Amino acid sequence: MAWTWLGAVVLAAVFAPLLPLWDPAVPDYTAVFSGITPQHWLGGDTLGRDTFSRVVYGARASLLVGICAVGLGALVGGFLGMLAGYFGGRTERVLALVTDVVLAFPGLVFIIAIVAILGSSLSNLILGLAILSVPTFIRLARAATLVVAQREFVLAARAYGCSPIRIITREIAPNVVLPVAAYGFIMIGVFIVVEGSLSFLGLGIPPPTPSWGGMIAGGRAELLNYPHISLFPAAVMFLTVLSINYIGERTRKQFEVKESNL
Amino acid sequence: MADTLSAPPTTTAAGPATRRGGSRRFAVRRVRKRLTHLLLVLLAVTFLSFVVVDLLPGDAAVVVAGDNATPEQVQQVREELQLDRPVLVRYVDWLGGVVTGDLGRSFRTGQPVVEALAQRIPVTFEITIIAQLLALLVAVPLAVYSAYRPGGLVDRTSMTIGFGAAAMPTFVFGMVLIVLFAGGVSSILPATGYTSFFEDPVENIRSIILPCLTLMIAEAAVYRQLLRSDMVSTLQEDFILMARSKGLGPARILFRHALRPSSFSLITLSGVNIGRLLGGTVIVETLFAIPGLGQLIVQAVFNRDYMILQGALLFVAVAYVVINMLIDLLYLALDPRVRRDA
Amino acid sequence: MTALLTAEDVVVRFHTKKGVVHAVDGVSLQLEEGEVLAVVGESGSGKTVFTRRVMGLVAGGRGTEVAGSVTFDGTVLTELSGKELSRFWGAEIALILQDPMTSLNPVKRIGEQLTESIVLHERVPKREALARAVELLRSVGLSEPERRVRQYPHELSGGMRQRVTIAIALSCSPRLLLADEPTTALDVTVQAQILDLLADLQARLGMAMLLVTHDLRVVRSRSDRIAVMYAGRIVETAPTATLFAQPRMPYTEALMNAVPPLSGPNHTRLQVIPGRPPDLLHPPSGCRFSPRCPLAQDRCLTEEPPLRDAGSAEHRYRCWFPVGSPEWSQARARNLERGVSAAGTPLTDEKVLT
Repeated sequence: MAWTWLGAVVLAAVFAPLLPLWDPAVPDYTAVFSGITPQHWLGGDTLGRDTFSRVVYGARASLLVGICAVGLGALVGGFLGMLAGYFGGRTERVLALVTDVVLAFPGLVFIIAIVAILGSSLSNLILGLAILSVPTFIRLARAATLVVAQREFVLAARAYGCSPIRIITREIAPNVVLPVAAYGFIMIGVFIVVEGSLSFLGLGIPPPTPSWGGMIAGGRAELLNYPHISLFPAAVMFLTVLSINYIGERTRKQFEVKESNL
Repeated sequence: MADTLSAPPTTTAAGPATRRGGSRRFAVRRVRKRLTHLLLVLLAVTFLSFVVVDLLPGDAAVVVAGDNATPEQVQQVREELQLDRPVLVRYVDWLGGVVTGDLGRSFRTGQPVVEALAQRIPVTFEITIIAQLLALLVAVPLAVYSAYRPGGLVDRTSMTIGFGAAAMPTFVFGMVLIVLFAGGVSSILPATGYTSFFEDPVENIRSIILPCLTLMIAEAAVYRQLLRSDMVSTLQEDFILMARSKGLGPARILFRHALRPSSFSLITLSGVNIGRLLGGTVIVETLFAIPGLGQLIVQAVFNRDYMILQGALLFVAVAYVVINMLIDLLYLALDPRVRRDA
Repeated sequence: MTALLTAEDVVVRFHTKKGVVHAVDGVSLQLEEGEVLAVVGESGSGKTVFTRRVMGLVAGGRGTEVAGSVTFDGTVLTELSGKELSRFWGAEIALILQDPMTSLNPVKRIGEQLTESIVLHERVPKREALARAVELLRSVGLSEPERRVRQYPHELSGGMRQRVTIAIALSCSPRLLLADEPTTALDVTVQAQILDLLADLQARLGMAMLLVTHDLRVVRSRSDRIAVMYAGRIVETAPTATLFAQPRMPYTEALMNAVPPLSGPNHTRLQVIPGRPPDLLHPPSGCRFSPRCPLAQDRCLTEEPPLRDAGSAEHRYRCWFPVGSPEWSQARARNLERGVSAAGTPLTDEKVLT
């Protein structure tokens, strides 16, 4: 179920321009606040734009933010975390400082600052979210590295005189990738939700590009009269993130021993 | 933080006589090391915020002087606010003030920053702490029971609800709660506004119910999930089997034997969250029109009210640091092994 | 004399994703008051699961299937609810686990872990329980017991910790002690101390003990009877002296030879049992030991031998070609001649020259 839904969303997002849809940015003034009609499957929004088409195009933006931000954060954080775990000492202390500084700085202020300094755009939002996710990935990768670094094959590689970079990329990285990827997968869902929250403050993906968060926030003023404007994108976001969480949980469970002693 | 997350080693005892004094000395050294680290974090964060603020586009002097100000007036304001001096000089200056307890004045209103913070912090603090307590109150029993019967009805139901909670932005819950309790389905609670506890305790509680519920839902879901999985692995330990073989009942084993060794990551996360929320309840504060710290920060950014912003960021960083210290000390109290962790 | 503990046809099966694990497959045995019965077997023989089933720690439900009955002093334990069972646990029946590093709670003081069951079962005030705890620690040979009760497990060595778990097990003077490999995780030098302590306490308190181990040598002088388990079944049981004097089952014999003799010429070859412990997911047909048995004949592969008497009801074994019998000599000669057993296990001289 979860896979089917997620697959459908991803496919729709990838092939959105090829699908016979309304233009997500062009208003149809006859469809303002309209409910479900044969022309507009999920109705129209406050400007009369087609909700279904916007939900499909919104998937592009929302997924893009989630995947790119996580990918970037995991790559940078994962690498730094491996360095911290492998070298320890000063490298580790400096990275611990960086981690704490990022965590002690309110994330929202950071995003606002990024948007204000670099301008409001999809890529700047991705950059901001990626930086905010780096500390967690550093910690995760560091912890995983500490475990692996004690294993025989790493010690053996060390004894052979392999260079640290080679050991990290060849021996350690393959063992760190799995926990980082598992966590990153869940983080994609988290960031889709975060983009929604940012949209509420007007800091999400800038209009007219449709995003789920932006659509939910856009329908807020008419919530009591025309709840469907917010409801449909909210439902789609809900199901998507739920699917991601379920798949993530199931993957995690495979590593978990089930029987308890109680 | 980083080193508290590492697993405690299982070393065996050596010299018995000096152990007590040794562990205390160790604790002192550990705390001192942490203090140095956290002081560095404070310095780095405040300096970073100075740089970021400096990079923000828009001239504070223009904003403060007003739209109709002449270039001369703007220049005068700039000199008054000492904005013409380099970042580093201003930072050192500000730092000097901080040490003597002077955080400067708001560019816009002239109100002392300390006073502005003192008005806002209790509001955010109240909401944050109550939301955290509520989240733990809901999450801990659910997690314990879920771990006791993994895959059972409680486990699956609470997992599903939790996943749902994590799949929605906070403001959506807030909106749903408002529709349900404050204007839509029923109107038993105020939708917006905040009343101080000292003005009217009852109204205070009524005014924070919805914000706290909004904040706690997602937190509770994450806490339950985390504690449950830690607890499931604790329950596979031999010492749980041993406790069972003594004839102890499930409740005693769960709460007296398994909960404490399973609670470390929960405590860490909860601490991090309190720190994070103190500076980040912006969404809830905006939605419910609550005059908290988050709103102050966001307004300060948009108004280029640098002094207020610096002060608020300083507070958030200090809170983060203090909470980290507390977590560390809590670890020392909760896990006797950490006291020897060299 | 009536038995203190009677296990009747005990079965434990775990239903896993890969299939059904036949952990314990129809084990029956009896234990008299004050008697020491050693249960010996390799890992995977089902001895640990059997002990836990005897106590009721392994129960049916959630993928676990159980059958058979366990009677303790006239009470059928297998018919009791979890709550009723826990009244016996710690008070009448106590358990010692293999690894003292993991069987003590790392975040609780020794004293608290010791007094817990005393307070629970004997309803004495905490202070009195603590005084008892100190006495118990002294009786298991721990120095400075007054200080130990305030310490945490990580502050003690492995041997000391196992003494603590023994003290915990004995805290309510149980009538039956189940010791599951009590020394396996300890240093060799400490092993003998702990075993002697257990034997001494057992004799002094007159309790019955089920001593589970994989090491026959350990129980030679410390048990009254021995039951050898293989692949979830008892394959031979006899009084200790009889078993050592006259093992009938080739597996028992192999186990004896798998341990280096404590005395004797040091060039004596250490016999290693060929093959791996049995696959409990797919137990072999016929005699479960047949795939690894150097004497295996065609009959062993198809027909499982019953547990039969060797002269007296005291000594019972499962084998078609019992060691020392004329059939055994013939089987041995036949296998030596063709160089493989009926199961196809190749054998060399030294493996059958015992």
